[in-house]
Order: sequence, then C-alpha cells, then structure tokens
Amino acid sequence: MASHKESIIREPLVTGKGITYAKVTDDVLFPVENKPNKAWWIGFTVASLGACLWVFAVSWTFWYGIGSWGLNKTVGWAWDITGFVWWVGIGHAGTLISAVLLLFRQKWRNSINRSAEAMTIFAVICAATYVVCHMGRPWMALYCLPLPNQYGSLWVNFNSPLIWDVFAISTYFSVSLLFWYTGLLPDIATIRDRGKGWYRRVYSVLSFGWTGSVKTWQRFETVSLILAGISTPLVLSVHSVVSMDFATSLEPGWHTTIFPPYFVAGAIFSGFAMVQTLLLVTRKVLGLENYITMFHIESMNKIILLTGSIVGVAYITEFFIAYYSGGEYEQYTFLNRFIGPYWWAGCMMYGCNVLMTQVMWFKKVRTNIPMSWVLSIIVNIGMWFERFVIIVTSLHRDYLPSSWAMFYPTWVDVSVFIGSIGVFFTLFLLFIRVFPSIAMAEVKLLLKEQSEQAKLKELEEGHLEAEKVTFYKKNLIKFDSVEVSEYENA
Amino acid sequence: MSSTKFILGLFDDPDDMMHGIDKLQKNSIPIYDVYTPMPIHGIEAKLGIKDSRLGYAAFMFGCLGGTTIFSLVYYFLVHDWPMNIGGKPHFAVPDFIPATFEWSVLFAAFGMGFTFFYSTHLFPGRAPRVMDFRATNDRFVIAIDAKGNIPHDDITNLLKEAGAVEVKHNDRKYVSYE
Repeated sequence: MASHKESIIREPLVTGKGITYAKVTDDVLFPVENKPNKAWWIGFTVASLGACLWVFAVSWTFWYGIGSWGLNKTVGWAWDITGFVWWVGIGHAGTLISAVLLLFRQKWRNSINRSAEAMTIFAVICAATYVVCHMGRPWMALYCLPLPNQYGSLWVNFNSPLIWDVFAISTYFSVSLLFWYTGLLPDIATIRDRGKGWYRRVYSVLSFGWTGSVKTWQRFETVSLILAGISTPLVLSVHSVVSMDFATSLEPGWHTTIFPPYFVAGAIFSGFAMVQTLLLVTRKVLGLENYITMFHIESMNKIILLTGSIVGVAYITEFFIAYYSGGEYEQYTFLNRFIGPYWWAGCMMYGCNVLMTQVMWFKKVRTNIPMSWVLSIIVNIGMWFERFVIIVTSLHRDYLPSSWAMFYPTWVDVSVFIGSIGVFFTLFLLFIRVFPSIAMAEVKLLLKEQSEQAKLKELEEGHLEAEKVTFYKKNLIKFDSVEVSEYENA
Repeated sequence: MSSTKFILGLFDDPDDMMHGIDKLQKNSIPIYDVYTPMPIHGIEAKLGIKDSRLGYAAFMFGCLGGTTIFSLVYYFLVHDWPMNIGGKPHFAVPDFIPATFEWSVLFAAFGMGFTFFYSTHLFPGRAPRVMDFRATNDRFVIAIDAKGNIPHDDITNLLKEAGAVEVKHNDRKYVSYE
C-alpha cells in the first residue's frame, strides 16, 4: 500500500493531528450517533416550514389548476421549467465529483463525494416535482412512458426531446441512487457495528450484510469504477437532452447548436456553487474542517471559475452569432435581453454569472470562506436568472408582436419555488442526521499518504529538496485548519 | 480439544496486516478471509482472488438494454403506428439514439449492480456475518480457521510478531449472531 510516497509539493487532503482511522469514524459519525445541535434544529425548522409551503402551494395548484400560476398563452413555460432546469443543473456537480473526478483520480473528491451525490439525488427529486406539477393532473405522468393503452396503442413520440428527457432524467436519477447507495454500504456497516438494539437492527437491514471481506471490496471497487465510467457520459447526456428541449424548437434565442455544451458547463457551474453553499456551512456546523479543507474549497472555486468562464464564452458566442447570422428575430431577442422589459433579469444573469465570478482569479478571494459562500449564492441566483432569461425573455416577445405579453409570477409560482428549496434542505438535513456525510472508508484511504500528519512526518525525516519544502509550507498558510507556526522548525 | 473456532489477528495498520499475510503464507497457514474498513490493494493478489468479471456483466447488460429499447422504439414508431411527420422517414435512427443510450446505461448500471449484490450475497436484511465489530471501523482483521493442525499458539505468535495489536481466539464464527 505504502509502496510509493506522494510528492511533498501536493497539498494535504486531511489536516489536523492525531487523525487515526478510529478518529475519522468518530468525527464523521458524531452527527449521526448523537442528538442534533441547535444549528441543525434551526435549519431543519426553517427548511421544513419551506417544505410545508411547497405542499400547500402544490396542493393549491392541483386543486385550482395551472391557471393559478402566472402563465398565459404567450408565456406558457416560465417558473416551472426554470426551476426544473435549475435543479437538474445543480444535481450535475454531484455526479461530476463522484464519477468524473474518480476517473481522473482526483483524491480530493473522497471527502466531498458523499454529500454531493446526496445533493444530486435531492436536486433531481426537486426537478422532477416541477414536471409533475405542471402536468396539473399528476396521475397523467404515466403517459410519459410508452405503456400499452386503449387508444391504439398510441405510443409516446420518440422523435421528441421531451420524451428523451423522461428517459434521461429517470435513468440519471436511478443510476445516481444506485451509485450513492452502493458507496454508502461500507459506511452503513460501520454504523451498524457500533450501534445497539433497534438502531443496530435498522442499519443492519440497510447495510445489506456488508462485512468488508477481501472479495467484496475488490468487487465493490470494480463496480464503483464502471459506474463512474458510465455515469460520466450519462451526466453529459442529461443536460444535453435538457438543452435540446429548447434547442430543437424554432424559438429565437433557443434554436442554437451551442446549447448542449453551454448547458452542461452551466450545470456544473451551478452545481458546484450549490455544493460550496452546502459544504461551507456543513463543515462548520458538523466540525469537519479537517476533512473538507481549504484545498477542497479552493479547488471547487477553481472549477466554478473555469465553468463560469466557459459559460461567459458561450454568452459572447451567442451574441456574436446573433449579430453574424443576420437573423433579425435572433438579433432582437438578444437586444431585448438588455433593452426589453426584462432587462433587470438579463443584468442579473450576466452580472452574477460572468462578472462576479471573475473575482475568483484572486487567490485571496478563492481562499476566503465568507466570500466564497457569498459568491456561491450569487452564482445560484445568477444561474436561476439565466434559465429565466432564456425561457421567459425568448417566449414573451417572439415572431408575432400582436402576441407579445409579459409574465408575472403569482404567489403560487413563488411558493412552489421557495417551497422546493425547503424540500431540498429538509432532505439534505435529514440525510446528514442518518447517514455519514463523508465517505469514511474513502477518507481512511488518504490518511497514510495524503494527510498533513503523514507529510509532517516526511518533513521531519528530512531527505527532501528544500525548494519543494518551502513550496509546501507556503501552501499551508491558506489552510484555516493548520497551525502554521509548527512548521517553522520542521 | 480447544473450543476455538477462529483465530483473528487484529492490526491497526494496513502495512502491518500485509506483512502478517506474508508471514502466515510463508508458514503455510491458510487464511480464511481478511476484513478491512477500506479497500486495501494487493490483498486480493496475495489471497489468489481472481479479477472481477463484473465488467463483462455490465457490457452484456448494456447491450441488452440498448437492443431492448431500440427494438421497442422500432416497433412503436415504424411498425405498430408509423406517424407521418412532414413526410420524414419513420425509421429516424438519430432520434432513437438518446433513448438507446439511456437504457444501455440504465441496464448496465443496474444489471451490474444487482449481479454484484447477488454474487457477494448482499441484500437488504441479510444477517451480517461479522467476525469482529471493529473490522468496519479501525481494525484490519485476518481470520484463520482454527480447524487445521497448526498449534494455535504458533499462529498467535506469528501474528504478534507481524505486528498484530490483538489476537482473538473466538469460539463462535460470527460475533454478530444473537
């Protein structure tokens, strides 16, 4: 196992002293095995109030019909599809962290993949609720599936991206769930083996009888790798298909070939922002600063900066192509984003997503926790407005000026949206109470090589190039969980 | 006759445990199994566990999923109810690709996942066969069947020499059974 040592210039992935295998278990399971603290209760109360609002608003929608939303015949798609795309996009970061970073052997994923995957699942649940709500008659959701029926059978139309979306989202949800739960098995077994009584019996059922024998681990690793391999194209396909819901139409502002990659980049962008929003709070509240370190935060900020810039390039491309195509409807749509009645939404979109994230070029900003958190919220807002602008601004003024209209959300629209955030946080807060929020088995893999104490030991043993050591020490300064003073003599 | 059924060597470090496996094997002591809190690479080679064939299963299931949905879509849109959409061909293969891809992934994932659960005997409610409760926490456990002819003290000494922090002589195979 310790056949080779990692280069000293790489930053530690687990900080702190006296981190043993047992300590990892104790630290990570603390919120699971103990009564929740005040911060959790406050969060849970607020979130579940939001979830109640969601139940109320959705019940209202089903009772009075979609007419209770602010839609009209010009803008037939607005907050519902905006919310749907927003949530699906947020889900993408979880798969990116668990699958793509696994393929790239990025070990820093080990301590954030579990909660990011959970986030994926909850975000996709939230997204799916919008689709079902917009059906007005939710039992009709079955008609999305090619089931034999008494009309012929009249099958669903597989030429339509909306049907592709049904397949993409349902596959994405189920595969993510499988990936997440398979990864949870060893950690659930840990809870089981520490527990007593009924608590143990519940986790025993959930653990599928996991023991950690050699053969199970070997098979487990194969399964993880292959699932990562097939989830990677899957996650790219999901948001590509979502973008085709728009791109295959003839609506100005939608009918562009750039949409699939542009949506995927935007999805990863907003997803990482949401991971950042959640984890910066989680690490503080659950005291996991040693596992989710400044290196993780900075790495995520770098991805936010990169994907934000890709999104920026996509915006510029859209504008250029609108100008270059000579298509007057296309040109008007993009002009309308700034000079039309929704100019403020356009400003939110471009300002939050492109201008604000550019400050992350500065290391001071990337490694500043309050600023990172605020920026992650700004990105979440900006990405919501991106979808709103694409959808509503294109629809409200297209080919026929006599049909131009405005969209004004009703309280039901607003409540369904705020409520879905409540549902999401309720699920997430319940998750961190019942399952380990960090993949313990995977973090334990890091202790011998990638932890701060292992690197300190290496430093004390000497035989390292002075230049590399200085570089390493300089990198430690940004960590909020490292006592830099101890390194003066090392 | 001692009542010991299994001898467990508990290590607190994976490298020591690997060392222990080597020592036991050098002395021709058969190892029943090894339980670790995390995947340790290299044990499977030492214990002669063959490479997993789950990849083949995944591939086959993926092919099955893709073929299934492609055939279904062909049946729906070309054979059973062809629709005239602006005179375009009914057998519009590019339109079939997204669903084909999704079901290939879906079948590959679940086919492989359930094969994994089946072949390693994992299912909800299975009684966990735990030999030592700390094997899922911070102990790397080598289990040796005590039935053999080798004196138990020799095994104990070998494990201790290799760096085991504790050696257990268990009268029961699984401590998790109530």
